[in-house]
Amino acid sequence: MSSNRTQNILLPIYVGLIFAFVFAPIIFSIIFSFNSQRFPTIPLGSFTTEWYVKILNDPDVWEAALNSLIVSVSTAFIATFLGFCTAYSDYRYNFRFKGPYLALILLPPTIPLIIMALAMLAWLSKIGVSGQLWSIVIAHSVLTAPFAMAIIRLRLHQMDPDLESASWNLGGTEWGTMRHVIVPFCKPAIVSALCLTAAVSFDEFAVSWFVSGLNKTLPVLILEIVQGNIDPQVNAIGTFVFLTSMTLVIVAQLFFLSRQTKSSI
Amino acid sequence: MTEKLVVFDGVEKRFGDFTAVKKMNLEIGSGEFVAIMGPSGCGKTTTLRMLAGLEAPSAGEIRQNGRVMNDVKPHERDTPLVWQSLALFPFLTARENVEFGLKMRGVGAAERKKSALEWLEKLGIGEFADRDISTLSGGQKQRVALARSLVMKPEILLLDEPLSALDAHLVIRMQAVLTQLQRELGITFVYVTHSQSEAFAMADRVVIMSNGEIAQVGKPKDIYRAPANRFVAEFVGRNNILTGTITTLADDAATLSTPQGEFLLDTSATTLRQGEEVSFVISADLVHISLEAPKAENRVQCTLISEEFVGSMVTLFLESSDGHEFKVQMQERELSKFDLRNDAQIWLSWDTNSAHILDQE
Repeated sequence: MSSNRTQNILLPIYVGLIFAFVFAPIIFSIIFSFNSQRFPTIPLGSFTTEWYVKILNDPDVWEAALNSLIVSVSTAFIATFLGFCTAYSDYRYNFRFKGPYLALILLPPTIPLIIMALAMLAWLSKIGVSGQLWSIVIAHSVLTAPFAMAIIRLRLHQMDPDLESASWNLGGTEWGTMRHVIVPFCKPAIVSALCLTAAVSFDEFAVSWFVSGLNKTLPVLILEIVQGNIDPQVNAIGTFVFLTSMTLVIVAQLFFLSRQTKSSI
Repeated sequence: MTEKLVVFDGVEKRFGDFTAVKKMNLEIGSGEFVAIMGPSGCGKTTTLRMLAGLEAPSAGEIRQNGRVMNDVKPHERDTPLVWQSLALFPFLTARENVEFGLKMRGVGAAERKKSALEWLEKLGIGEFADRDISTLSGGQKQRVALARSLVMKPEILLLDEPLSALDAHLVIRMQAVLTQLQRELGITFVYVTHSQSEAFAMADRVVIMSNGEIAQVGKPKDIYRAPANRFVAEFVGRNNILTGTITTLADDAATLSTPQGEFLLDTSATTLRQGEEVSFVISADLVHISLEAPKAENRVQCTLISEEFVGSMVTLFLESSDGHEFKVQMQERELSKFDLRNDAQIWLSWDTNSAHILDQE
């Protein structure tokens, strides 16, 4: 009884602390983005949108935002396509070395980002495609495809194995079945994978910084501003990046959790 | 002579070292209701999947309308299948599920919708056309699955244990729906099941399979009365199998000595040898009971163990003095003439010509 009570008191505190440590820095960053003082200190100054006005009028920020948008959207589509193909190959076929095949596919996220970034830079400049916007797209697709594959693979495992045969049996060709059965069935997972890979790409700094050359994405721009001086603009940009990623992740979650969604063919 | 609709000609299916179907020869006529029955793993589902093109035969030929089907892709065939799992598309409504096959065949949207609604209406679930599959009951899903196959206007419909997921009372209802549909449409039904009652209640002809081989093909009544061998007799159930040695042979009769007693056999259709070991089967509904010792050729005294009522029919389970189980099936009103309690001593008897001698393997 008493241990139960202790647990009832301590557990919420413990969970509360975890969330506090995770979110407090972000929340403070958001608060400081509306703070009139130049230095992030308490007590706060007055409320202002000055920093937001400033970033909205800064062509560098606009360019970086556009770069980030192009990179994350392209990455999302490429990574999700690759992820879908590998997940389907795993679902449909049995072949020799399938274990190593899957292990290799899932490997990229386990490599330290900095190593990955350096390796990408070396490799991309070797084959002469570094320093381009799509260099980042290539690198990010490699990095995020495993996430897409994992999500779509989970969904495929929920599928009645007879569903595909049922479509063939009713006159569906292989491609027709892919289009009218497999893809619609995986749609929640596909949308979820699109959002998640976009979010990861939008946030990613290390790889972008190494391979981007002169094409800065938002995280790279933030670092450059911070390196020069302390500028509350960073908080404003940070808030924008955070809200974008958060929205994408939440949308991803919603789609992933909805198992039965209706769509018409 | 023209060939039957479907012909299995020495068809074999191997999976690695395992042979699922062995040298199968079977002909299925147009408009026939054929049930393929057997215990799990006997090869019945593999047979059906080969007919649908989902498995390719390892040897032999499957012909449909005289055309060799071995290498024809599933989507090029006209053999819709009703799946055990139903395999309805969960992301589509009932109507869209029914439309699926027509859509794959390139039928226009308006015509698809019309046919789908017609079939749903015909199967009594028209009002659920726009419902999500997940909101339908088991029986309703079953009908959607049936409509989805029938809307293709096939020559032959394959059914793989379609009723196994339904409640008992729904099974009986669906059996009636299926038989009626089959008569009305005049198309061939190939129905795979492990349930004897389903197969016998609906099929014109029953194929009994065991270990990848056909054990017997025949009309339900013939299989029930005259099972070809011990496997069929045991699988069909509701009968009594007795084994013994031939002691005396007369013109058209033989005496069989069994641990349960001496019984007469009619040997006009078979030749038996003195001292041969023979099994015969006697259907449970051909056994008479009495309290006094009857003046019958074949009789055995048993102890009543239990009774099982199914509707107006009752099955008595009895045991002879040496512990052999006997089953007797009769109308409940017949039984009520006797005042029986458990452990009652009862005489069983049967006519010699009711007994059916099993092929000895």
